[in-house]
Amino acid sequence: MPEWLLNLMPNVIVKWPDYLEAIRDTLLMEVWAGSICFVIGLFLGVVITVTKPGGILPNRVIYQILDKAVNLFRSIPFIILLTALMPLSRWIMGTAIYVRGVIVPLVFGSVPFFVRQVEAALAQTDDGLVEASLSMGSSPMEVIFRVYLRESLAPLARATTITAISLLGLTAMAGAVGAGGLGDFAIRYGHDRNMADITWITVITLVIAVSIVQFVGGWIAKKNTH
Amino acid sequence: MIKLEHIVKTFQGSSEQGTVDAVRDVSLTIEDGEIFGIIGFSGAGKSTLVRCINLLTRPTSGKVTIDGKDMLGLTPGELRESRKKIGMIFQHFNLMPSRTVFGNVAYPLKGSGLSKQEIAGRVRELLELVEITEKENVYPSQLSGGQKQRVAIARALANDPKILLCDEATSALDPQTTASILQLLKSLSKKLGITVVVITHEMEVVKSICQRVAVMEDGKVVELGDVFDIFAKPKEAITRDFIKTASKLSKIDKLLEQDSPFLQMQSGDKLVRLTYIQKDVSEPLISELSRKFDLEVNIILADVEIVGDAPIGGTVVIFHGEHEQIETALQYLEEKNIGVEVLRNA
Ligand SMILES: Nc1ncnc2c1ncn2[C@@H]1O[C@H](COP(=O)(O)OP(=O)(O)OP(=O)(O)O)[C@@H](O)[C@H]1O
Ligand SMILES: [Mg+2]
Repeated sequence: MPEWLLNLMPNVIVKWPDYLEAIRDTLLMEVWAGSICFVIGLFLGVVITVTKPGGILPNRVIYQILDKAVNLFRSIPFIILLTALMPLSRWIMGTAIYVRGVIVPLVFGSVPFFVRQVEAALAQTDDGLVEASLSMGSSPMEVIFRVYLRESLAPLARATTITAISLLGLTAMAGAVGAGGLGDFAIRYGHDRNMADITWITVITLVIAVSIVQFVGGWIAKKNTH
Repeated sequence: MIKLEHIVKTFQGSSEQGTVDAVRDVSLTIEDGEIFGIIGFSGAGKSTLVRCINLLTRPTSGKVTIDGKDMLGLTPGELRESRKKIGMIFQHFNLMPSRTVFGNVAYPLKGSGLSKQEIAGRVRELLELVEITEKENVYPSQLSGGQKQRVAIARALANDPKILLCDEATSALDPQTTASILQLLKSLSKKLGITVVVITHEMEVVKSICQRVAVMEDGKVVELGDVFDIFAKPKEAITRDFIKTASKLSKIDKLLEQDSPFLQMQSGDKLVRLTYIQKDVSEPLISELSRKFDLEVNIILADVEIVGDAPIGGTVVIFHGEHEQIETALQYLEEKNIGVEVLRNA
């Protein structure tokens, strides 16, 4: 270990195994909650889009319920969701702590945001395309997959990027209630024990993570823009 | 044959706005293989009416029958199958931006039971038909308006439809491109024997390709008939307005208004508008007049076009000669069923 590195971040070197574990936990939360959020959010975003008045499968009841539920969950601060959903989490995942325990609140915290993002992305689809596709004899399912989703790949990639980044913020908060991860790492050592270098390395790690997500999302969006 | 009977479409406007009667009791029959025009100003209900043919809009009441099939009685699946035989093209082309020209034309062929190679072959055939083969791998954003509409036509024809609906298909195009797209539609109709329904607000479009036309105003068809007859003897004021927009003869009114020096007349002269309202006017009328009645005939404006294989339009002329002779000449013209309108006596 070079001398200058030890001087620059003495605590990080000592806590290196904890640091790696924190990264792993954050990744686990991000990937699990993110994947579940992606599937559920995409599904609900499509449902909201097609059941809207004037949509291809208009349904007042389903639309109103979803719309209101999304608004409700979006208005609850995440830190409250974390504690409020503990019983549900225990019931579904068998625990309310560690990485397993926060997946449920992370999903509830990110899905409503993603649903709105998906809805906005799909709303960019020109009504004329839907009309043309219907005039060619497409079924509603075909319109969803071959027009709405297919023609919205770029805005959907951007929506996913934004949601993934905001989910990263949520995982840091989840750390505070015993889920582990980088948020927990920074608070436990950086804040509570005044180890400034730990706070710094956490921030730098998160900046790098956000940049990677942003880069990949931007690249996919660009590839799908013609 | 497309048969629309007593079609009514009332839209439920937003809460307090009340309802909009977009189409009010329209009945018309479009024969196989004809090019049928529907003309009207914005908001007349043309799009709504045409969308009742493939049921993109379901009429509030009325009956839609295509080739003897009651369209409103079809199950959703049957309706989708029927729609594959009714192509539609739009003012803004509505091509899918994330697919190439090939991908767009192949879109309606998916699930048709054709293999990949067969689809590729069919797409190439269609692109050839609309004369745009070289753009196969290009995205729509790189095409001009006319090229986009050609691709849209190819896409609409993919499943061998018997009917092609065109909703303002040339309204976003410049005059030259409009003419080329109209010629394409005309030749396709002939070559493939398809029925073409053309919506437009331009009489030029009707004049250049339609055999029959319905004039729509305020949700109703106010006049319907052979394009030539409509041009020759329009009954409704709105029809006359549309015809005027397509005729250069209306310029004379402006010249008269401005008292243009161009209209210099000597005493005894007559300024006359002659309109051809019969299909068989083909004789060299002007030279005949000057010979027969010893008149000087000065052509001020002329606008004669071929509509439905017969000349239509007319001329504005100044007759100079003996009073008696001019009178007999006018009588002679009226006997020949030529519209005579004396615009000014000097
Ligand atoms: N989905 C709808 N909901 C409510 N009103 C509608 C709807 N579609 C059309 N209308 C109304 O119906 C009337 C006729 O519309 P339509 O689009 O058929 O006219 P158009 O003749 O095609 O006009 P344009 O030349 O502008 O296309 C208009 O007053 C329009 O506002
Ligand atoms: Mg219209």
